[in-house]
Amino acid sequence: MKIAVCVSHVPDTATKIKIANSGKDIDPSGVTFIINPYDEYAVEEALKQKEALGGEVTVFSVGGDANKESIRKALAMGADKGVLIKSENELDSIGIAKALAVEIKNEGCELVFCGKQSVDYDDSIVGQLLSALLGYNCVSTVVGLKIEGNKITAEREIEGGREVIETQIPVVITTQKGLNEPRYASLKGIMGAKKKTIEEKSSANVESSTEVIKMRKPAPKQPGRIVGNDVSAVPELVKLLREEAKVI
Amino acid sequence: MANNILAVLEQREGKLKKASFEAAAVASKLASELNCDAIAVVVGNEIINLNEVSKYGIKKTIHLKSSGLEQYSTSGYSDAVTAYAKTVGAEYLVFANTSLGRDLAPVVAIKYDAGILTDCTNIEVSDGDVVVTRPVYAGKAFIDIKFKSSKKILTTRPNVFKAEANNSAGAPEIEVIEIQSPNLNSRVIETKKSEGKIDVSEAEIIVSGGRGMKGPENFHLVEELAEVLGAAVGASRAVVDAGWRQHSEQVGQTGKTVSPTLYIACGI
Repeated sequence: MKIAVCVSHVPDTATKIKIANSGKDIDPSGVTFIINPYDEYAVEEALKQKEALGGEVTVFSVGGDANKESIRKALAMGADKGVLIKSENELDSIGIAKALAVEIKNEGCELVFCGKQSVDYDDSIVGQLLSALLGYNCVSTVVGLKIEGNKITAEREIEGGREVIETQIPVVITTQKGLNEPRYASLKGIMGAKKKTIEEKSSANVESSTEVIKMRKPAPKQPGRIVGNDVSAVPELVKLLREEAKVI
Repeated sequence: MANNILAVLEQREGKLKKASFEAAAVASKLASELNCDAIAVVVGNEIINLNEVSKYGIKKTIHLKSSGLEQYSTSGYSDAVTAYAKTVGAEYLVFANTSLGRDLAPVVAIKYDAGILTDCTNIEVSDGDVVVTRPVYAGKAFIDIKFKSSKKILTTRPNVFKAEANNSAGAPEIEVIEIQSPNLNSRVIETKKSEGKIDVSEAEIIVSGGRGMKGPENFHLVEELAEVLGAAVGASRAVVDAGWRQHSEQVGQTGKTVSPTLYIACGI
């Protein structure tokens, strides 16, 4: 089975965000970038499925040279090779999905894993877009997965529970925390990753369907009010929540 | 004049959801600002509260009906919604950004060749263009963004847009369209509900606990307060990672996005 896993290269979740001079993006200086946390579950699941089904895992990423760091991370965990799809323009989710679809199709992968969300733009839709572009089935936000022959049984998270989905390969699965426990890269894996190839492609003719006008920081929060420090403040707090804030 | 706006509503167990009424209200407001008509559309089998849609400013509701589509199916629902959007030449489609909306809207976007903006927290019309505000980087920044595509899909963050029922609204017009042999390439075969619990992503009030609770055995305090207030129980990343609480309760960047009116943090 040819397996694809898509990774994005994102600011560490603990990073403080500064707005760039353009006013349309973040200022990347001084920001630590990491592999998107949800993509680690995707990489782990791809490797587990390869161990069970045989085949090859290819890592795809859309962006600049810096993304090679996240591709290498996936290679160090055990993926076989990487494809970096370079884009001149900043792409939105549809642009990224289109760029991925072309190369995943070229590679002939029929089992595709993506993180359920990239923690930069938080769109949570690239995997679903990709599935529709490829004409594949899709299950998003997956926390449990079973593959038997061509049959896929996946559990996805919904409000107040889970639903069990039945579908078939070819499929795109987007991974949610809880699906698995991503492995650490071993020293041997990290050394070996340096020898694995990362092929470079270009995403010519791919365009976004949206345009950022302005990025800004949220308005500063109103200062809070401290009602008291111990249990004696509770009646007053409840009164304020009920009569002033009217929320209970 | 813009073309039709579709509010794509969500039913679970034959009942329309609150987040969908918010999406309906957004579609109705957009339609009046863009001087066009809003139509509600919902996929499902028997639906008990279809006549409530008109209270949120949309007169006409289309029920795309099939017994095979009683439960969610990415393939079946996306085909049905796309086909209807094509029939009426919809320019805008509005979904609620729920687990179903996030799954369905992007697939419809590709099938309908539309641009898509998700998790919108503000939608304004300026010079005939719709400008959307949405959070990025887990709410550490916001972007104002617009479409370049001719067809456009929006998903609205639950609990952000007001959906106030107008009980004096006129009689609803409901049209049923039978969907013959739906595409069930993927389908729900079972739903596992967490018994009687309110989900943090839908809750008006959340009582959340962190490491300061000192141990999983003390979370009954959080649960009891939540029960008294009719609130959902939330948890910090630290206690989920420590295995005290399950991930479905986790609030925040690697958990669920929440928008309650009251958030009580205990030991966070």
